Amino acid sequence: MSQVEIIQRGIRRRYVVEGMFRACGLSALICGVVFLAFLLITTFVKGYTALQQTYIGLDITPMEEDFDGAVTEETLRRADYGALIKRSLREAFPDVTRRKEKKTLYRLVSSGAQHELRQKLVQNPGLVGQTTTFWVLADDEVDMYMKGNVNVSIPEKKRRFKDHAIELTKRLVQQDRIQLRFNTPFFSRGDSREPEQAGIKGAAMGSLFAILVTMLLSFPVGIAAAIYLQEFAKTNRFTDFIEVNINNLAAVPSIIFGLLGLAIFINLFGLPRSIPLVGGMVLALMTLPTIIISSRAALAAVPPSIREAALGIGASPVQTVLHHVLPLAMPGMMTGAIIGLAQAMGETAPLLMIGMVAFIVDIPGSPLDPGTALPVQIYLWADSPERAFVERTSAAIIILLLFLSLVNGLIVVLRKKFEKRW
Amino acid sequence: MIECSSALHSILYPNRAFTKPPIAKFSLSVRSQPLAGFPGWSLTTGMAFLGALFGCFIAVPIMLFAALGISRRNRVVTRHIERFIRWFLIACSCLAILTTIGIVMSVLFESIRFFRIIPIPDFLFGLEWSPQTAIREDQVGSSGAFGAVPLFAGTFLITVIAMVVAVPLGLMSAIYLSEYAGRRIRTIGKPLLEILAGIPTVVYGFFAALTVAPFIRNNLGFLGMDVSSESALAAGLVMGIMILPFVSSLSDDVINAVPQSIRDGSYGLGATHSETIRRIVLPAALPGIVGSILLAVSRAIGETMIVVMAAGLAANLTANPFESVTTVTVQIVTLLIGDQEFDSPKTLAAFALGLVLFIMTLVLNVIALRVVRKYKEQYE
Repeated sequence: MSQVEIIQRGIRRRYVVEGMFRACGLSALICGVVFLAFLLITTFVKGYTALQQTYIGLDITPMEEDFDGAVTEETLRRADYGALIKRSLREAFPDVTRRKEKKTLYRLVSSGAQHELRQKLVQNPGLVGQTTTFWVLADDEVDMYMKGNVNVSIPEKKRRFKDHAIELTKRLVQQDRIQLRFNTPFFSRGDSREPEQAGIKGAAMGSLFAILVTMLLSFPVGIAAAIYLQEFAKTNRFTDFIEVNINNLAAVPSIIFGLLGLAIFINLFGLPRSIPLVGGMVLALMTLPTIIISSRAALAAVPPSIREAALGIGASPVQTVLHHVLPLAMPGMMTGAIIGLAQAMGETAPLLMIGMVAFIVDIPGSPLDPGTALPVQIYLWADSPERAFVERTSAAIIILLLFLSLVNGLIVVLRKKFEKRW
Repeated sequence: MIECSSALHSILYPNRAFTKPPIAKFSLSVRSQPLAGFPGWSLTTGMAFLGALFGCFIAVPIMLFAALGISRRNRVVTRHIERFIRWFLIACSCLAILTTIGIVMSVLFESIRFFRIIPIPDFLFGLEWSPQTAIREDQVGSSGAFGAVPLFAGTFLITVIAMVVAVPLGLMSAIYLSEYAGRRIRTIGKPLLEILAGIPTVVYGFFAALTVAPFIRNNLGFLGMDVSSESALAAGLVMGIMILPFVSSLSDDVINAVPQSIRDGSYGLGATHSETIRRIVLPAALPGIVGSILLAVSRAIGETMIVVMAAGLAANLTANPFESVTTVTVQIVTLLIGDQEFDSPKTLAAFALGLVLFIMTLVLNVIALRVVRKYKEQYE
């Protein structure tokens, strides 16, 4: 073999290696993107059905006897609406007589239905004495069956939704008594142990309050710290120490901030558990390094000529920064702050530590009411064994991701609008 | 009324699906338990503290700016206000130090109390971990042993799996994006990877527990392997994907910092593109890449939600990725969720674990940040 042939063969081999290396890189990138797509698609497929909820139409005839003979506001509130619903179910299925079968029948309707019914009758007492079709929430098992999430092929014993319930549901469908409607409870209610009554409003409000507190605390403090470190501080041991500190804090695991919140805010200062205020303070401490670092970058991007010009015409150093540098660096600082807030919005672990995992039905009305946050709600629902909670969890994830992409969209817009090249 | 134990319960007894957990209730006490030695602290103190906090960081700057506006004509007053503003700025930057001190104090004090009950060697080198206080005599995992080695091993195992996924994928995609990809692929590919970094970890946890773990269990089960439904593999894989953008963006920076002249020299000698990358660029960028990998490791160690949702609770000392292991962060969460007394070793153990976690991540971060800094200075 001649020298040339050896070299040519070598070149061919080297080009093959080159192609393989390049393909490796591309496939690594594709791997990441495919995973992202897979994650988003599976979540969406599991979650979009939660937009609708199964309702059962019942012909209910409230009689005066049901209200102790006299329809007053008090008797309207006190009446046994569960019995009304049961009676109407019995009337709709006169052939269901055995005790066990009746129980199955009653269970098709959500346990929250009586409260809805009470509300409607209290608002409109004129309905007493006449037959009206009320659409009430169906049980989560019925809901899952209607959405095709019950595997009928597995043996009845291993199934929660029994054959008899399926048969009854089918008959309801034949009678046109089942409808899928827009799931308003999901968006207007707090948490519940019953999937069909569980909503995300409580968690969303908790998140909102926590984020508000975070913003109020971390934004001014972060910007002030960044201004000092970038514009005024001389490089000495002390400022070096602060800087190292901030860089390290940015990489401290979030759960450690939760421990800090638990030990200091709750134990030492005696603030109550589970309130969004404490959550917001912990998240503020957590996002502070992020905000400081990005704000400093924004300040550093303002060219020194601006400072020199301001100083040259007699502005004091504070005036230079406040009147000239800060307004120019503001868009950059805003993006940094929003990035920090997006991070805080999706954070779960520190909130678990300070007790925001409690089961809370009421929707918090202020940062001092006990509440959870959206990511914590996702965690709580993910832990629940009911099949219907999978759908709700995915839907809550979709909403959280929508929020986050909205926030990130805002960042992109801000950058585009205010981006300045010096 | 607040009911808090259902999450904990279903973690503790994962096999009992479909049974509603018994609901332990605790009322939201207005005064939560004060720390020993601070009996006087109560809600009023807390409120006072809060008022001071908000006052300091919101009202003060507003007042200062207002005063500055009013006093525009008077130079002497302006100078005084400016001095106040400077002190305010310094105070704000000291908050970072205060936070660090707060973290160290809070984990250290409780840890010391823990180590008074359980000696340090027993904690660091003990092989058995079963912290739950026994409710029944024969309950599993309640002998009150606090040997943390199984937790360290579990954390290590899951971190290794995560890095096995994240390092090759992250590094290769960084190389592809910075060296090969055209402008169009870069403008699409980079943000897409960054989206992975922006997804909340609880979403990854849900995905790992609900999609990846059953997938692994069903598909590897055919190979005759016994796969736990809370296998370390599922949690590690998903964590690897979560960390991928972290590795890739950091390595991307590092690779871009290598001067073009070095590459040109290599091309001039007749090396192909990939040869240049492998033999010239990567060795030159190695310190920076190692630094970014260390940062990624510290992230993986401290990651909580994925492991809480997808990894197990039983402390197994094993290297088998198909078995269930538990981690430091999982134990911190399970020990602290729900009602707690601040004098039981069970609760204090969480702070001791927190201390270990803090020290581990701090050491990794300090080394990594120093390495990256040195590396960047080298080419500046």
